[in-house]
Amino acid sequence: MLKCLKEKRIAQLKELQLALHLIKKGPLTLTGLIIMGLLILVAIFAPYIAPYPQDALGAASPENKFELPSREHLFGTDELGRDIFSRVLFGTRISFKIAIVVVLLALLIGLPLGVIGGFLGGKIDELIMRLTDIFLSFPSVLLALIICVILGPSIDNVMIAIAISWWPWYTRIAHAQAVSIRERPFIEAAKAVGISKTKIIFRHIMPNSLTPVLVQATMDLGSVLLTSSALSFLGLGAQPPQPEWGLMTYIGHGYLFTSWWCSTFPGLAIFVAALAFNLLGDGLRDVLDPRTRRLLR
Amino acid sequence: MGVKHYIIRRLLLLIPIFFIVSLITFVVVRVVPADPLILWVGPHATAEQINRARIELGLDKPLYEQYYRYIVGIFHGNLGISFITHRPVSTDIMTFLPASLELVTTAMIIGLVVGLPLGVISAKRKDKIEDHSSRLMAIGGVSLPTFWIGMLLQLLFFKYIGILPVCGRLSWAVKVSYPITHITGFYLIDSLITGNWVAFQDAAAHTILPALTLALYPIGLVVRMTRTCMLEVLGEDYIRAARAYGIPEKVVTYTYALKNAITPSLTTLVLSFGYSLTGAFLVELIFNWPGLGWYASKATIGMDYTAIVGVTLLITLFYVLANLVVDVIQAYLDPRIVLK
Repeated sequence: MLKCLKEKRIAQLKELQLALHLIKKGPLTLTGLIIMGLLILVAIFAPYIAPYPQDALGAASPENKFELPSREHLFGTDELGRDIFSRVLFGTRISFKIAIVVVLLALLIGLPLGVIGGFLGGKIDELIMRLTDIFLSFPSVLLALIICVILGPSIDNVMIAIAISWWPWYTRIAHAQAVSIRERPFIEAAKAVGISKTKIIFRHIMPNSLTPVLVQATMDLGSVLLTSSALSFLGLGAQPPQPEWGLMTYIGHGYLFTSWWCSTFPGLAIFVAALAFNLLGDGLRDVLDPRTRRLLR
Repeated sequence: MGVKHYIIRRLLLLIPIFFIVSLITFVVVRVVPADPLILWVGPHATAEQINRARIELGLDKPLYEQYYRYIVGIFHGNLGISFITHRPVSTDIMTFLPASLELVTTAMIIGLVVGLPLGVISAKRKDKIEDHSSRLMAIGGVSLPTFWIGMLLQLLFFKYIGILPVCGRLSWAVKVSYPITHITGFYLIDSLITGNWVAFQDAAAHTILPALTLALYPIGLVVRMTRTCMLEVLGEDYIRAARAYGIPEKVVTYTYALKNAITPSLTTLVLSFGYSLTGAFLVELIFNWPGLGWYASKATIGMDYTAIVGVTLLITLFYVLANLVVDVIQAYLDPRIVLK
């Protein structure tokens, strides 16, 4: 027993080493990791770093509207005289919240459906998978757009809308995993001992099919962020005075040729965050892809 | 036999999709507080006028009957009448669709022309600076918010450099003095075949920025795909053999290897066509490009539900067909894939 544990520990350490090696080899993954770390810090400490925290909550001072970026206002001020830098910092919180909540919601719907279908098979499986096919066959952005129109504009509704259009991807992956795990001896054993189906699904199949789904979920964070900011840009998401990046870009767009900074900096924030998520996701795929791993051994 | 069967089954799947999409959007009209009739008759209409319009449009009937009539209408090619333009939605779509298709097709071509060489270079110089930078470009391309980069391009090329028009499809002056004969609806093609050189130049200048904005995503896709496939192919025996025969490296790369690595890139490109049509929504809005996305976003804001359902159904159709074409092509090219 003890020996077994020790072997397991060594295997884990080797995994970690390999991961570190791959990260070191690709400077891009490391860049992504650093940006991500900085963004998380900004999200946590926004009220302390932001020079004008009250501006992020909507306090207006029209007398200094449309000021060029300067020492006092790093990113300039917007049409209500609010400090764009502070608002962008606070926006990090909203964006992270949206990305993480959407992916979690989608996982919450997608994972159990895929696992249940994959394990039980038969008619239920057929039903779940056909439903998934239908959802996957129309463009997710469009679906999210329609749901947003139905639910009305707000950040919560954007999160619901994107999650509803996103879960089928996870169902598909979880399903494939569950089907392959179903035939493994330890499941047979569990069945033979007389453990209930529910327990087998949630205690044995689900944890074992989690990894690839989670990897996909991490890689999706960037796309979710882009989709949500696009919806806000269309006016279907965050509402003023929320410091949401997409919304700020949209409002700033009206003053593009007179005050370029109003829309440029919030948009830049979206790009940087999405880039960090995608760089990390890409690196993660390399770490976990058996083909790149084989090259290194 | 197998393939035919598969295609039929996939096409049959279109029916439930259409029902769900149209149903969802039909629910919209009941849930949203705004009454579409106000749009139809205008804000100063009397109660009597509103009632007359309600009966005229069949909105006094129960919802299930309205839905039934709509579905029957679809089979007759009738998508209802737009509440904003007061024209049949199918006519509106035929007006706006060519502009979108022209934009997306141009973007796809740019994606291929730029993405392929970058992918090849990336694979040839694996883990060198060229590889890292093209990889960064690819990931950057898919991380850029389209609406933002569109704005930056406008700022740069219109305001600061001043060589490209800011938005629209054609300048007013050109539209009046050098009208384009309508043949395909693609301005670039129409003006070229009728020899309307001035209009062609103007249309091309208007197309560059939106097409480039829209192309960033496909460029990223193609670079990544080409790189992966080239790396795989370059390690094959026949490439080593070709090198051993002393065939020039350029020929080995571009003739022997690329030929086998190009298919997956092409298929991802076709796959992204449906995605790009929805991506075009934002680009068309920013560049005031009179396409389907522009029409759809105006319809969404105005709650013009017949137009929303119509456009949604059409884009869904494009999307599903693109996916189907890709699956069939892939199975045709790679006998290891079995369609079932």
